[in-house]
Amino acid sequence: MNHDHTLNPETMPQEPEKATLEGKNKFLGLWFFLGGETVLFASLFGTFVALRNSTAGGPTSQEMFGLGLVFIMTVLLLTSSLTSVYAIYHMKNNNFKLMQLWLGITGLLGLGFLSLEIYEFAHYITDYGFTFRSSAFGSAFYTLVGFHGGHVIFGVSWLITLLIRNAKRGLNLYNAPKFYIFSLYWHFIDVVWVFVFTVVYLMGKVG
Amino acid sequence: MSSIAATQKRRSFGAFLWDYLTTVDHKKIAHLYLFGGGFFFLLGGLEAMIIRIQLIKPENDFVSAGIFNEMFTMHGTTMIFLAAMPLIIGLMNAAMPLQIGARDVAFPFLNALSFWLFMFGGILLNCSWFLGGAPDAGWTSYVPLAITSPGHGVDFYIAGLQIAGAGTLMSGINFLATIVNMRAPGMTYMRMPLFTWTTFITSVLIVFAFPPLTIGLFLLMFDRMFGSAFFDVALGGNAIIWQHLFWIFGHPEVYILILPIFGIFSEVFATFSKKRLFGYTPMVFATMLIAFLGFMVWAHHMFTVGMGPMANSIFAVATMAIAVPTGIKIFNWLATMWGGNVQINSAMLWALGFIPSFTIGGMTGVMLASVVADYQYHDTYFVVAHFHYVIVGGTVFGIFAGLHYWWPKMFGRVLNEAMGKLTFWTFFIGFHLTFFIQHFLGLMGMPRRYWVFLEGQELDLGNLISTIGAFFMAFGVVVFLINIVYTAMKGEQAAADPWDGRTLEWTVASPPPYYNFKQVPLVRGLDALWVEKTEGRGEMTPSEPLDDIHMPNSSILPFIISLGFFIAGFGFIYQPDNKLWYIVLYGGMAISVGAMIVRSVKDDLGYYIKKEELEREAD
Amino acid sequence: MKGWMGKLRVLFWLGFLTLVLSGCGKENLSALIPKGYGAESSMNLIILSTVVMTFVFLVVIIIFTIVLFRFRRKKGREDYIPKQVEGSKTLETVWTVIPIILVLILAVPTVAATFDLADVSEAGDGINIDVTGNQYWWHFDYEDEDVQTSQDLYIPTGERVYLNMISSDVIHAFWVPAISGKMDVNVENTNTMYIEAYEEGVYWGKCAELCGPSHSLMDFKVIAVSPEEYEQWISDMQDVDPDETPENAVAQEGKSLFEENNCMSCHAVGSSNVEIGPNLTNYANRTTIAGILEPTKENLVEWIRDPESIKPGNKMTGNYPEVSEEEAEKIAEYLLQLDHSDITPESAGES
Repeated sequence: MNHDHTLNPETMPQEPEKATLEGKNKFLGLWFFLGGETVLFASLFGTFVALRNSTAGGPTSQEMFGLGLVFIMTVLLLTSSLTSVYAIYHMKNNNFKLMQLWLGITGLLGLGFLSLEIYEFAHYITDYGFTFRSSAFGSAFYTLVGFHGGHVIFGVSWLITLLIRNAKRGLNLYNAPKFYIFSLYWHFIDVVWVFVFTVVYLMGKVG
Repeated sequence: MSSIAATQKRRSFGAFLWDYLTTVDHKKIAHLYLFGGGFFFLLGGLEAMIIRIQLIKPENDFVSAGIFNEMFTMHGTTMIFLAAMPLIIGLMNAAMPLQIGARDVAFPFLNALSFWLFMFGGILLNCSWFLGGAPDAGWTSYVPLAITSPGHGVDFYIAGLQIAGAGTLMSGINFLATIVNMRAPGMTYMRMPLFTWTTFITSVLIVFAFPPLTIGLFLLMFDRMFGSAFFDVALGGNAIIWQHLFWIFGHPEVYILILPIFGIFSEVFATFSKKRLFGYTPMVFATMLIAFLGFMVWAHHMFTVGMGPMANSIFAVATMAIAVPTGIKIFNWLATMWGGNVQINSAMLWALGFIPSFTIGGMTGVMLASVVADYQYHDTYFVVAHFHYVIVGGTVFGIFAGLHYWWPKMFGRVLNEAMGKLTFWTFFIGFHLTFFIQHFLGLMGMPRRYWVFLEGQELDLGNLISTIGAFFMAFGVVVFLINIVYTAMKGEQAAADPWDGRTLEWTVASPPPYYNFKQVPLVRGLDALWVEKTEGRGEMTPSEPLDDIHMPNSSILPFIISLGFFIAGFGFIYQPDNKLWYIVLYGGMAISVGAMIVRSVKDDLGYYIKKEELEREAD
Repeated sequence: MKGWMGKLRVLFWLGFLTLVLSGCGKENLSALIPKGYGAESSMNLIILSTVVMTFVFLVVIIIFTIVLFRFRRKKGREDYIPKQVEGSKTLETVWTVIPIILVLILAVPTVAATFDLADVSEAGDGINIDVTGNQYWWHFDYEDEDVQTSQDLYIPTGERVYLNMISSDVIHAFWVPAISGKMDVNVENTNTMYIEAYEEGVYWGKCAELCGPSHSLMDFKVIAVSPEEYEQWISDMQDVDPDETPENAVAQEGKSLFEENNCMSCHAVGSSNVEIGPNLTNYANRTTIAGILEPTKENLVEWIRDPESIKPGNKMTGNYPEVSEEEAEKIAEYLLQLDHSDITPESAGES
């Protein structure tokens, strides 16, 4: 009945994230949440596609976008998805230390992605004078990519909170679902980025 | 139980208030929703009366043009977001967990947060009345009108709905997880009561329909407060995007308002006909079909926008198709009563009144789907009549039916029958008086949202009749309020099962103990309680031995998180005037985020009601 | 006992009352008395859908009534437990298939009419008028004729007139119920619709999309005259000399005041690029002042002196120096002698 005792290999269930009703609820709740998030981003993508050529005489995507930087960002984020998979793998094997390590790497990759994104935005603003207020395209670009960036910020903050809070208490059936649903959320962000990369950058470069 | 009850009686008002501020019990949250939704219903009703008084005669000047626009904007916004939905969510909270044999919802903390977000969102929106004027661009808030609207009215609309909408989204997720994970043993999907089914499907609609509104509101907020150019045509923006986003949300929204009501009526018809619901399976699938089609038809609100004949035709045919599953429902309800032992009381009266009223609303819905005919109906009083026929004749009737039906379960007392009937008849007659004539007013050339109509256009009599009807409705509502007070003081104590019910909520005491079920029941068929009754047992078989019950802790954090957003809302609204308001914005956010961090860092493991305690309480 | 009786009685009474009381509304305003191609097309569908739907309603009500009669709880049978029927595949099929058929009956003509009314392929050969919606008035620019006017739209009967509509501020909707259904007047794109009036007349037009405080006061008129009269009107309007000096001395003073008070920065007489306020050509023959008032001098004076009290939120208020009663009367005198055509609302049968 006590939730707080740390798991050992004997007490470790097959799927620690879904071993309790609370865990199952969290798992399912997050999936439904991601369903809503999908529609949220779909709305943003729809708006962006409708406005992506409405530059009102301002800079166009073809002029500005450099695929090199965006490619590095993509690699960082996709790698972080992979590292979070490793983390969950270690969680299921009840290896708390390695899970922490891989989650830490995931967070660092996320931060790297964010730094590049900030650099990218600053580049557009200073070198092209392309801002949120320049044109409908500007508004749509910063809103869509910014919403994704905001999700990454939230994800990293969530991860840091989780890691600090649970730093010393090992894995148990109370925090296992928390780590697990974080990883789900993180995968979702990566999938959204794949679409951002395709719709905003690739299509924007091709025209 | 007796000792707990005694201490509860003696508690001060402060303790009572604190209890409700911190509760995570779905039954108390239901009370809160009903109170909050009821309050806003009265407010929206008052706004409606002002609208009707203004239109009692041609070229009237009861209120100014500006105030009139604020009135109908707030009437629509209030009734949809702050009255109808919360009242429905209140009923869901009250009945659904009991119907599936659960002790609470999946996320009790989130449930409280949902309520407080709704409440603070609603209060924020209504603060606009005292702070320079309410929003005045219609509940649809079409741009560019909403962008150019002076003052902060529309900003309050944005902030208020954004906060309240977040709460609704959480409710949707919460109910879904509850229904999937927490059904009692034996309660398969196809044994769920229809109200639970419609709650489930409605929650799906909420989860998928609210995000487009969230995005729409963000875009509007960015344009109004932060200088972006989504809807600014001069900078390449496009105002039609708002209409699409709004209606991709807005059309499913009307099904969010009506599907749970279909569930309530299914329970009421079956219970008071003493028959199982006719065609349970078709009813479930018809609900799913309506929900699915509900996402495919948003552009029928935009036939006159100029989308072209192809788009218009597709959306027209898809819209008409919804008539088919809706018809299936109407006929199944009739068939449920056919051959039954139909008892007519207040709850059943609302259900019976619903059939002709909603059928008219459905008929005009199909008529509106006929594109070229819609060129005449669109944005006239015909549309006003149509959606009041479905939202009042459907949703409001259903809420009244649900209140009468579950009042004993929620509050332990039966609402007074005589007053219930008086409410029904005055409201029913007033409703048809008010809205039937409006079909004709629309076709006779009266657009909606008209502050005045001119003399000599033969619109006078129709408007007068409509206003008279509105007073009948107001009278009915007042009687209902008196009924509530009377019942609370002198009402008849309710038994656990006052209606000879069929579903699990009638197996527990009225009102239920805070843990709902001492032992989770074993469900052996559709209409679980009825199954036991026909087999002569009359009570449920427990599915588990008596054991400790795990309960969630109360918490003030949902209140604080919502309060923080409420404060931040003012910061958002006023920061374009003066950058100092950023302090309020960040201050509010800090409160919310701080409370969230406390929530995630502090373990909330709940507590256990000991087995011995439960045994002591037994009988 | 009298529950259902009362309900039926109320419904019947309401329907009856509505028909008797309202008739079909005011001629040349009501959509129920169609006098143009679009309105007729709509009316056909309104009638068809009403008939189909009334049939459904009657079926529902008949079953409903029978249920209330036959299966209402009887005295002494309170405890009767009816047979618990699960459902019926046959019945479900019946009430699925029949509505599908009914929907198809309505859908086919709907789609046909939708494509028909959207067909503007012959716009190039017809009369084209650029319509601009403004808070809270309408501007009409006869693009091929170099003729401009506001508020009163002259069209020939029996001919398709193509309207290319755009808004200068917020979304409006152009609606002349007796002639045609409505179409939105958007900000970012031009919407084209055609109207065709069958007979001469002065038809009410209304804005049908919320556009601000004076949304309900944004009325206009469509004046359908015979094709010959229409030709005459066009040529009269083309011959307007904006600088023509009025014969009447008071009107002459009014003209100078009109110029001195800067009215011309917004209002034009004759064809002009100035479209900030309504074009005042042929003002003497307007059916209304400001779209809603009787066309009398007193009303015009009142409008000039305090437009805000007449149309809240209009764009004229505060954009010109205050004028005295006397000055306003002179300006009114000037405006009301701007009689540029013999083709007037009376030509269309207005008394």
